[in-house]
Amino acid sequence: MSAVSQPALKRKSISYSKWGYIFLIPFFTAFIIFTLIPLANTFYNSFFENYAKGLEDVGPNYIGFQNYVKIFTKESLDKYLLNTLIMWILGFVPQIVVSLLLAVWFTDLNLKIKGQGFFKTVIYMPNLIMASSFAMLFFVLFSDAGPINSLLETLGIGKYRFLTYAPGTRGLVALMNFMMWFGNTTILLMSGVMGIDTALYEASQIDGANGWQTFWRITIPLLRPIMAYTLITSMIGGLQMFDVPQILTKGSGTPNRMSMTVIMKLNNYLGTSYNYGMGGALSVIMFVITAILSLLVFRALTRESRENAKQRKALAKGGVRL
Amino acid sequence: MKKLVALLLAAIMVLSMAAIASADEEGKVLNIYCWNDEFKTRVEKFYTFPEGITVNWVITPSDNGAYQLALDDALKAQATADADKKVDMFLVEADYAVKYVDTAYTLDVIADLGLTEADVADMYQYTKDIMTDSNGILKGLSWQACPGGFIYRRDYAQEILGVSEPDQVQEYLSDWDKFDAVAAQAKEKGIFMLSGYDDAYRCFSDNMETPWVVDGVIVKDPAIEAWITMTKKYTENGWNNKANLWSPESGAGATKDGKVFGYFGPAWFIDFCLAGWTLDDSSAPAALGNGSWGEWGFCEGPVGFSWGGTWVCAAAGTDNLTLVADLMKTMTCNKDVLVDIVKEYGDFTNNVPAMTEMAASDFSNAFLGGQNYLGLMLKNAQNINRAQSTMYDQACSECIQNAMADYYNGVVSLDEAWDNYFANVEERHPDLTH
Amino acid sequence: MSTVTNPRNRDRAGRTGLYVYRVIAYFVLIVLSLLCLFFFYVLLINATRNHADIQKGFSILPGKNFTNNWNSLMSNSELPIFRGMLNSLLVSSLVAILSTYFSALTAYAIHAYDFKLKNFAFKFILLIMMVPSQVSALGFVKLVRSMGLMNTFLPLFLPSIAAPAVFFFMKQYMDSVLPMEIIEAARIDGSGEYYTFNAIILPIMKPAIAVQAIFTFVGAWNNYFTPALILKEKNMKTLPILIAQLRSADWLKFDMGQVYMAIALAILPIMIVYFLLSRYIVAGVTLGSVKG
Repeated sequence: MSAVSQPALKRKSISYSKWGYIFLIPFFTAFIIFTLIPLANTFYNSFFENYAKGLEDVGPNYIGFQNYVKIFTKESLDKYLLNTLIMWILGFVPQIVVSLLLAVWFTDLNLKIKGQGFFKTVIYMPNLIMASSFAMLFFVLFSDAGPINSLLETLGIGKYRFLTYAPGTRGLVALMNFMMWFGNTTILLMSGVMGIDTALYEASQIDGANGWQTFWRITIPLLRPIMAYTLITSMIGGLQMFDVPQILTKGSGTPNRMSMTVIMKLNNYLGTSYNYGMGGALSVIMFVITAILSLLVFRALTRESRENAKQRKALAKGGVRL
Repeated sequence: MKKLVALLLAAIMVLSMAAIASADEEGKVLNIYCWNDEFKTRVEKFYTFPEGITVNWVITPSDNGAYQLALDDALKAQATADADKKVDMFLVEADYAVKYVDTAYTLDVIADLGLTEADVADMYQYTKDIMTDSNGILKGLSWQACPGGFIYRRDYAQEILGVSEPDQVQEYLSDWDKFDAVAAQAKEKGIFMLSGYDDAYRCFSDNMETPWVVDGVIVKDPAIEAWITMTKKYTENGWNNKANLWSPESGAGATKDGKVFGYFGPAWFIDFCLAGWTLDDSSAPAALGNGSWGEWGFCEGPVGFSWGGTWVCAAAGTDNLTLVADLMKTMTCNKDVLVDIVKEYGDFTNNVPAMTEMAASDFSNAFLGGQNYLGLMLKNAQNINRAQSTMYDQACSECIQNAMADYYNGVVSLDEAWDNYFANVEERHPDLTH
Repeated sequence: MSTVTNPRNRDRAGRTGLYVYRVIAYFVLIVLSLLCLFFFYVLLINATRNHADIQKGFSILPGKNFTNNWNSLMSNSELPIFRGMLNSLLVSSLVAILSTYFSALTAYAIHAYDFKLKNFAFKFILLIMMVPSQVSALGFVKLVRSMGLMNTFLPLFLPSIAAPAVFFFMKQYMDSVLPMEIIEAARIDGSGEYYTFNAIILPIMKPAIAVQAIFTFVGAWNNYFTPALILKEKNMKTLPILIAQLRSADWLKFDMGQVYMAIALAILPIMIVYFLLSRYIVAGVTLGSVKG
């Protein structure tokens, strides 16, 4: 089969390639107008001193790399980056584990979970609530005299002032992110699992593979593109974490600025004095950091998936034959 | 040089705009920028617009600075905007009023709008100080004033001090040393003098010796340092309930079983916050016997201070100059209207004779056990000194309260707390150093 | 044939194991579901309580203030809540439609065709995804003003034609489920390229489209940041702006009961949309699987 389709593909690539360009037109038109121009503006601004002092504009004055120098020397960027990463990982690890578990349970042929429709529907629901409303609720639930603390006292564990200490605050941010996003991730993974040819599972069952083997040999390799997607988008979302800690700590990143994320800092630059210079520089730095991290993850995952593709092909052939 | 020219041009444009606007032909659309409908409800109740005028209330919530962002955008576009799109009036709060007052974007109440010194003579001086620019020109007016005092539990006063009437309690609380002594006595009875960290903040921040910022340098004002020392002492001695302002604990402290002796606050704090917090059964009528409602008293406390307030400014370039002037005059200078606002909305209005009259009347507040507290508020209102305002007040106030909470909680040292404060303010205002 | 009997024996032995496994699975699912529902419960309960009670803390029982909260919200002329719902519905639907359709088209262009700039285009779009949305927001507002589009919905939904994250998902999904053979078969049948995409590819992508339609709809429904910068007139405002407006009311008017009532109302339509589409996801198994 492959011997036939190979030259055919090559011939097509010549005659149809213009359609590739045509189909990209809407995306790139919208992108250039609404994202690239404002973005170029951001890059450009990062080389200027440009902010508002009250209602009076200061600048723009060209100052070269001074904004960048200031961020790296005076603004403790590492601290806020670390805060962001810690809070993201605290939320993401349980999120991917639980989501994967649920996705597998829902699709496990032996387990036959009943009421799937109900569970699938319910776990996504927290995402329907606005982050700000969600944070308002958490603020009350975990307040010093709130219901969670009453519960802890009844259980004999004792009161914990969650929003007074860094582990408590970071933990709450992570918990909120987990609650809001694990349903979303489960649905994503499931849409991946659903795309897997059921013949593969049937084949592996007949071949005598148990659930564990099926999971590692079929589900995980075939889910890899979707997992890469989940990991990368979650990481990008995590690096951009803003509204949850912003509202939970009323914009202050307390305690001791330990729950202050990079974008909260960006918001401080932009919110009061429209500091396009420093805001632009911080944005560019964030862009570079995100790009490097994402490319690393993407490369690591696609390299493995190429190796696994061979396995998958072999399996698929077996499945078809049976 | 370029900047100077640009500034001059802008000034000329703004001035010429004002001149054009004062001509006989006025616009038919009045645009008023604000962040809620507080002023709107009062205007609609007490002011009748002439025939053919469309009033546009442009409301932007103040969340995350959105109101100022929208207002700033509109003001900067003022020179090129269509006549009907121009900002005619806008509202500001005390904490950032100076940002607008000290610019050419606001009109002179006397020279531009044509109000007289006599029109504004009956207002509390502090409400005019906040709106006076560096050249001594008055740029905005308010219909309300927000003087505060100490609102305390009468039953706890009886328990701790053996007296409960406001004038008697005031004797025990007339300065900070006495206040501390009472706090120590309250502690022995298991009662917290204050609810938490920010309760006494306005008492100090409203009586600062220096502005928050002097020549671009953030300074540590002695009054603020006194607030920090006091609050740390109260926290360590267990004289407060460690609550943050607006946290659930803060409200729970005022219930019948709540152990908080009193709160610092203005009139709105009584009606709007305490009156609700104190009820056991919120669906039953507010009356003596329902929670701690009605068992409170109001005294002046150790110092006079104010908290909150909304001011009205006329925007340079308005095409409705006469209308704007008339609206401002009616809503902030007309004594009859101001008396009606007290009766209708419970505001403490910005008119000395009106409030003096009310103070001498049989006006009484059932929540305060029938006390007429307006006289005490009047006294405090006249002692408020707000000449130290800067356009950085909002950022400084928010940042210092956040930074110092960590210090009170024992999470950071005092120096670290100050560093966090400086870092936060400088993020928000890049022109500042410390 | 001996290979067939083997697993059957193991099945019998593992029956207790499976039973335990099932109990654990149900337990975890039920706990998680209860947690998720709990937040809705608290939101709804708070919509029935008055301001002071809400400020004093949390309650498991409903209050008696439902009608009061409802009436005060309805009589608030600055908060046209149903108008806001309509606005949100319009913007969110357009965002969901445009972003899923054009992302699928873009992903298809990269997936199905070989052309010189293909690799570059793909990497470029991935790079775009990494730009924090707050970064270009202020430049965006400047641009929108200069185009004269302030106070219109256009700048809220048109940019979603270029939704890199949705594109990335579609691309990954196509990698999993869309073999080139299908496209080739369509070409042999004489189907035009654009027709192939609309009539053959889109149906195959239905589960992915349904999933992303929900996500983008919810995202747009709850989006506050950009709309707050663009929409100023009260009849144009979307729900999150109205709720923020309610939340930032000053002390005299601030009413948490009203805030929660508005939040509860804001959740209702999106729940309906969600339930409609979620049935589609659950049923998506048969629609999406590609045999062979």
